[in-house]
Amino acid sequence: MNCLDRKLWRDLLRQWGQLIAIALVVSCGIASFVMSASAYDSLKLTQTAYYDRYRFAEVFASLKRAPESLRDRIAEIPGVAQTQTRIVVDVIVSIPEKVQPATGRMISLPSVQNPMLNDIYIRRGRYIEAGKADEVLISEAFAEANHLDLGDTLGAVINGRWQKLRIVGIAISPEYVYEIRGGGSLSPDNERFGILWIEREALANAFNMDGAFNNVTLTLSRDAKEEYVIDRLDRIIEPYGGLGAYPRADQLSNYIVSNEIKELENMATVIPTLFLAIAAFLLNVVLSRLIATQREQIAILKAFGYTKAAIGFHYLKFVMAIVLCGATLGTILGLWMGNGLTGIYADLFSFPLFRYNADWRVVFSAICISILGGVIGGLKSVYKAVSLPPAVAMRPEPPPEFKPTLVERWGLQKLFSPAGRIILRNLERKPIQASLSILGIALAVAILLTGRYFEDAITHLVEVQFRHVQREDLTIVFNEPRPARTRYEVAQLPGVIRSEVFRSVPAKLRYEHYQHRIGLTGIQANGELLRPIDRDLNRVNLPPDGVVLTKKLAEILHVKPGDLLTVEVLEADRPVRSIRVVGLVDELMGLSAYMEINALNRLMREGQTISGAYLSVDANLADKLYTRLKEIPAIAAFTTRQAALDSFNEMSGRNMRIMTLVLVTFASIITFSVVYNSARIALSERSRELASLRILGFTKGEIAFILLGEQAILILLAIPIGFALGYSFAAFMSAAYNQELFRLPLIVTKSAYAFTFLVTLITAFISGFIIRRQLNNLDLIAVLKTRE
Amino acid sequence: MTGINTNTQQKTVFQMEAVSKTYDMGEVKVRALRSIDLELFEGELIVLLGPSGSGKSTLLNILGGLDVPTEGKVWFKGRDLTLASDAALTQFRREYVGFVFQFYNLIPSLTAKENVALVTEIASHPMRPREALGLVGLDDRIDHFPAQLSGGEQQRVAIARAIAKRPQVLLCDEPTGALDFQTGKRVLEAIERVNKELGTTTAIITHNAGIAAMADKVITMRSGEITHIKHNRVKVTPSELEW
Repeated sequence: MNCLDRKLWRDLLRQWGQLIAIALVVSCGIASFVMSASAYDSLKLTQTAYYDRYRFAEVFASLKRAPESLRDRIAEIPGVAQTQTRIVVDVIVSIPEKVQPATGRMISLPSVQNPMLNDIYIRRGRYIEAGKADEVLISEAFAEANHLDLGDTLGAVINGRWQKLRIVGIAISPEYVYEIRGGGSLSPDNERFGILWIEREALANAFNMDGAFNNVTLTLSRDAKEEYVIDRLDRIIEPYGGLGAYPRADQLSNYIVSNEIKELENMATVIPTLFLAIAAFLLNVVLSRLIATQREQIAILKAFGYTKAAIGFHYLKFVMAIVLCGATLGTILGLWMGNGLTGIYADLFSFPLFRYNADWRVVFSAICISILGGVIGGLKSVYKAVSLPPAVAMRPEPPPEFKPTLVERWGLQKLFSPAGRIILRNLERKPIQASLSILGIALAVAILLTGRYFEDAITHLVEVQFRHVQREDLTIVFNEPRPARTRYEVAQLPGVIRSEVFRSVPAKLRYEHYQHRIGLTGIQANGELLRPIDRDLNRVNLPPDGVVLTKKLAEILHVKPGDLLTVEVLEADRPVRSIRVVGLVDELMGLSAYMEINALNRLMREGQTISGAYLSVDANLADKLYTRLKEIPAIAAFTTRQAALDSFNEMSGRNMRIMTLVLVTFASIITFSVVYNSARIALSERSRELASLRILGFTKGEIAFILLGEQAILILLAIPIGFALGYSFAAFMSAAYNQELFRLPLIVTKSAYAFTFLVTLITAFISGFIIRRQLNNLDLIAVLKTRE
Repeated sequence: MTGINTNTQQKTVFQMEAVSKTYDMGEVKVRALRSIDLELFEGELIVLLGPSGSGKSTLLNILGGLDVPTEGKVWFKGRDLTLASDAALTQFRREYVGFVFQFYNLIPSLTAKENVALVTEIASHPMRPREALGLVGLDDRIDHFPAQLSGGEQQRVAIARAIAKRPQVLLCDEPTGALDFQTGKRVLEAIERVNKELGTTTAIITHNAGIAAMADKVITMRSGEITHIKHNRVKVTPSELEW
């Protein structure tokens, strides 16, 4: 080891506390980046590989009933690669020892296992045996939620007949990576909804589908035009009660999984990039000041004949040592957390195999960004020192020009003690350095606030969606539209306190060339159990005519109130009608198109018809209600608000909260590091001045006041700026999270500000305390021995 | 300017012609040197005397390539230093010049030996650090850090550091300025020994007139100008100095 390296090593050891604080900033930036990016990569890769290997279809369509011969006509559509016809039926399933019934989606399987579209991956057990009508495979999430295992039996009302089904296998399918029923429900409820795969013949017999099908899925050839195929398919299946074909992008499970991946991509790019950029900036500021304190040593090296390059390289190594330390720690931490985050997704989604994958290019680029930030900051100071003639650089910087400060020019100096005046003049003398310190602390404050913003935004979202909009306990859905009088029967069910009916109609909304598949929901105008609301949480009254859209849906369709939408109904006679947009609602989850129920009935030119009901239930009688519901064949499904809330919390809620925790922790570390380094470097820069003051008779308290008072002013100036910056970051996040699935409102609560303020103050106090102790050890004699 | 050489075979090491230096200190301009002419010879021991602000340090810094004049020319063995680039000046210092500063300027994180090695590592024909420290009488303190050494010891480490590369010129800026009488003498002895044994051209800045008696040539400065040059026919050893 040569002497310069030895100097490097000892310098590093001597300032370890400070350097670790700097390295931590780097590691926080890199860890958050690596965590999100690797989780994103893993999820994306797993999804793509799964879809590919298990032949996930690209076009989907349901219909009422079509003869199998139609299959050939479908297969002949130009661009269609493979065609698969199936029978898919939702039934009420009774699980042993469970009070609440569940909805089982029965999907037909060929009697002999062959590669097929939307192929199943059998986790445990075996494929069904040909000719055994009572054998089923069930989906893994459903099995787990209900503690079902191989050999267990389920009861199901199949076409009015009670039937026993034996579980022979537990499986998953690319079609149900995220097991969700659809029809308005966006949150999974694995206890009450599952997939049952059963031999096609058995299903055909039970539902009168011999030689027929009611569901078709396709894959496309490479050069196929998706829209064209969908259009042709729609025309072929329309006479058979086709419900409108849709592409993979609109397939619910895929839609949600892809959304989650997209959300993660946001998380993986926006926030960590912000973090990394801030870390690089802070590194730049801190290292440039740290190296500036070595100005005289640099000058001596130069006086002895060390070249600029040699000195530059020496400090480059100094910077690299710190950054690489942080980068190593950050990478390890990031990989560990990324692995954990991926594990959470593995729990949430049903993939055959979840492989954690960290792209080294991602890690490498994160490290490079940090190094760049550090190196630019460090070398800037080195360059400044080496470009001066050594004789000049060896002298302390020329005594700065002090002027009476603005405050003094205003004649307010009497308000300040000499120490106070030192503080003010110092700040005013080095406006750039003071501004950079303020900006650095402000950025730390801003990310802290941003971290808290997520927490508050999710809480607000849950509050709005599950308390203000959805207020029912239970939603029941009929297997087909029912006459309005059914409402009285519903109201008579045991435990029902209040019931409100709804009509929901699958449709395609079109405006100019924009379109979206969505159910029109007709609700009672004076309903209490589902209340469309505006931004201020006020109820939006449904006018007797026209449709009210979620603002996000209006955005997608590029419509505003007053515009005329084309509605292509996807059921019954598939009428096409025009309807005026009469208002917008500010719901934060999903997309909705609300109409007054009678208006919707009129639009459909049907009598009073309902699709289901929202129920408010007496908790004491709930079990009785569930038992009764299981016996009603007309009910295809039911969902509870609590289950939706739980599953939201489990999915996005949990992920977001974990991210929030990570961000808040990192932001706190960064805040501490910045505040501490800012004060610590100020101490190195001014130790002579402060020691001189001590020699002149200033007390320890007084010099602490001078040094820390200056820092306190910087922090107090930085906090409001940080709040403003943090608010704009939050606004940016809110814009980035304006998605179909959910939207983060721009809500920065008082408690978020208070929390940020408190954390900043606490870190300031801790670093102040450490600095204060170092001040006590100021070497007074050294000041006498060396020049001023 | 022609001095009377005690030894007519001596070669010129430094030659300065009409050298001026002006510092721009923000609102004021300080004229540190005003048109200086000077010649220094090989093996000479020169003492620069003068009050604070007389331009001694500026003169020394320019000779050592630490600073460049605003006007005028400086030659080192026929090479024009005023035309030299920053890299060339660095090379010049690395090969030919040893510096001793008033406040030692040791690297605090390196031991005495390592401070010397810092220079020997980049020199072409250096002595071993231990040898250099032996020359200044510090054989037993080589592994001490600057903070563990007295002022005089630190200054002698600085001298060892300056001479270890066997420089052609040794430039000392107030080497005893921060030291007491006895310690100062020991430092001067070390400098004299180097001058005598290695034949290094040596320039010492001081505002202590007592030191002048050990020099071959005494240059007195005031307000950026040389007011007087005196040649000592008889030099005294540092131990005989009184001040």
